[in-house]
Amino acid sequence: MSTQTPLAPAPVAGSSAGPVRTQRRLPRFAPLGLFLGGIAVGALLSALTGFSIALTVVYGVVLGTIAVYVVSRSVEGRRTATDRLVTTVVTTAFLIAMVPLVSLVWTVLENGLPRLDSTFFNSSMLGIVGEGGGAYHAILGTLIITGLTTVISVPVGLLTAIYLVEYGTGRLKKAITFFVDVMTGIPSIVAGLFAYALFALFFGGGVRLGIMGAVALSVLMIPVVVRSAEEVLKLVPNELREAAYALGVPKWRTILKIVIPTSVAGLGTGITLAVARVIGETAPLLVTVGILTGTNLNPFDGRMATLPVFAFYQLTQPGVPPEFGIQRAWTAALVLIVLVMALNVVARLISRFFAPKTGR
Amino acid sequence: MAKRIDISDLDIYYGNFKAVEGVNVSIEPRSITALIGPSGCGKSTFLRSLNRMHEVIPGARVEGKVVIDGQDLYDADVDPVDVRRQIGMVFQRPNPFPTMSIYDNVIAGVRLNGGKMRKGELDDLVEKSLRGANLWNEVKDRLNRPGSGLSGGQQQRLCIARAIAVEPEVLLMDEPCSALDPISTLAIEDLMTELKERFTIVIVTHNMQQAARVSESTGFFNLGGVGQPGHLVEFNPTEKIFSNPDEKATEDYISGRFG
Repeated sequence: MSTQTPLAPAPVAGSSAGPVRTQRRLPRFAPLGLFLGGIAVGALLSALTGFSIALTVVYGVVLGTIAVYVVSRSVEGRRTATDRLVTTVVTTAFLIAMVPLVSLVWTVLENGLPRLDSTFFNSSMLGIVGEGGGAYHAILGTLIITGLTTVISVPVGLLTAIYLVEYGTGRLKKAITFFVDVMTGIPSIVAGLFAYALFALFFGGGVRLGIMGAVALSVLMIPVVVRSAEEVLKLVPNELREAAYALGVPKWRTILKIVIPTSVAGLGTGITLAVARVIGETAPLLVTVGILTGTNLNPFDGRMATLPVFAFYQLTQPGVPPEFGIQRAWTAALVLIVLVMALNVVARLISRFFAPKTGR
Repeated sequence: MAKRIDISDLDIYYGNFKAVEGVNVSIEPRSITALIGPSGCGKSTFLRSLNRMHEVIPGARVEGKVVIDGQDLYDADVDPVDVRRQIGMVFQRPNPFPTMSIYDNVIAGVRLNGGKMRKGELDDLVEKSLRGANLWNEVKDRLNRPGSGLSGGQQQRLCIARAIAVEPEVLLMDEPCSALDPISTLAIEDLMTELKERFTIVIVTHNMQQAARVSESTGFFNLGGVGQPGHLVEFNPTEKIFSNPDEKATEDYISGRFG
C-alpha cells in the first residue's frame, strides 16, 4: 500500500527519542487483509437477507474501508489513516470504473468468438438466411469508408490546425476555434442528416452512397483532428521557429520542415485516435450508406455494408431462426473492437518511433 | 564579408507600447559590439530589430532606419527573409533542431533554404562550420547522432556553427553564454574573438566582465522608469565605457550603484 519503514525497536506512538517523531506502522499486508476481511463480513451480512453479489460488494466496500481507517487511525495516527482512507477510496473507484470495461470485453468475446471463423472473413451475406454468412463485405466497406473519411479529414483538419497555431489572429481565429468546438459536440445523427441533405440536393431523395458516409464521418472527424493537431503544434517550442527564421528560412518552409517533423509523433497519434473515434459510428452510416447483403467496393455507386450497420441489422433483423444473426452481430462487434484496439496500438507505435530522439 | 550597420532614429514598438526609442548608433565591421543594461531595457528587442526578427511577434513594429551598406533593412521592398539570411542570430538558450542530427543541424540553413549542394560540398561545409565553432574535434565521430544529445555548451556552439554555415555578414548574439558554465563561456568567447575576423558581431550580455573582455565598443541601454521606453544612454569604445564613461548613469550601472 505504501512504503514501509522498518519497525523501530520500541516505537510508541508519538514518542520522540530524536527530533523526528517516530510512528508505528501497520505491517505491509494489513490494510489489504483488513479490507478483504470487511468484504467477508459484508458477504455474511448479505447472506443473512439472501445472498447477492451487489449487496456483498456494497457492504464489503463500506465495511472494509471503515476497518482500514479505524485500525490505521488507532495504530498509525490521523495523517496516515487519512492517507489509507484516500488510497482505499481511489483504488475502489478505479476498480468500479474497470467493471463495465472488463464486463464488455468479456461479453463480446464470449458471444463473438464462436463465429470468428474463416467464413466470417471471406463471405458476404448474399443469399444467406440462416446459418453461415459473414462480414467480408462489411469489413471492406468499413475500411473503404473510413479510409475516404481520413483522406478528407486529415488535410482539412491539419491545415486548419496549422492556420490556427501559425497564422491565425484576432476574430477569425476565435471564430474558427469556437465553431470547431461546436462541431465537436454535433450529435452523429445530425452529421448523417447533413450529408444526406447535401447529397439529396444533387441526386434527389433516397440516395445512398459510400462517399456520403465518408462526408458524414468527416463532419465528425475534422474537429477531432483540428483539436488534437492544434494542441500538438502548440507544444513545438517557439525557439525552434525563431531559430529557423534567424537562418533566413521562410515561414511556410519552417512549418513544413521544422514544426511538422518535430510534432509528427503527436500528429500521427492524434489522427489515428480520431480514426478510431469515427470507425464505430453507426447512426450517420445508417442514413447515408444503408446496408447491402452483397459486396460493393465502389463508394460512388449505391449502398455499401459497414461493420457497425451490419451489426445493427443482424441484431434487429436476425432472420429465422434468429440466433445465427445475433451471433454474427456479436462477432462484428468483436471485429470492430479489435480494429479500434489495433489503431490504438498503431498510435502508440507511431508516437514511439517518430518521437525526437535525445541521443543520450 | 563583414558589413557596417548604421542605425538612425530607431523606435521599436510592441503594439502601442514603445519599448525602445531614439537609437542612433554605428556598428563597426569586423568588431564585437557589446550591449549592456538592466533587464527589460530593450537590449534584446534592439538586437532582434537588427535582423527583423522583432516583427515575428504579433503587433511588433519598428520606425526608423537600419542601414547596411547603404541599404535600409526596413525599406518596403526588402524581404525580411533575405535580411535574416544576411544577418544570423544565436539565441540565449541553445536551440538545435531536435529532429535533426548534428550534421543536419549544421546544414539546416542551406538545406531549408532549398540550396542544392553535392554531398562532398556539404561535408566540407559541415567541417568548416564546426571547425569555425570549435566543435569539430568533439563531434566529428558522431555527426549522425541527434544534436540534442550534446551538452549545453556544445549545443550552443552547434547553434553558432549553424548560424555561420549560411555565411552571414553579421552575427547577432542574444546572451549566448547566460545558460552556460564558465568553461563553455570561455570557449564561446574565444570563438567570438576568432569570428570577428570574418563577421560583424553584436552581443547582448548581462556579464560586464564578458563585455569588457571581448568587445571593442559597448553600448549601455537604460530606461527611465517602469513603463517608459528604453534608450541608448552611451555608446563608446569599451575601454572608455569601463574606465571613464561620459554619463554618470553608465558609471553607476557599471560600478553596481544601479537602482
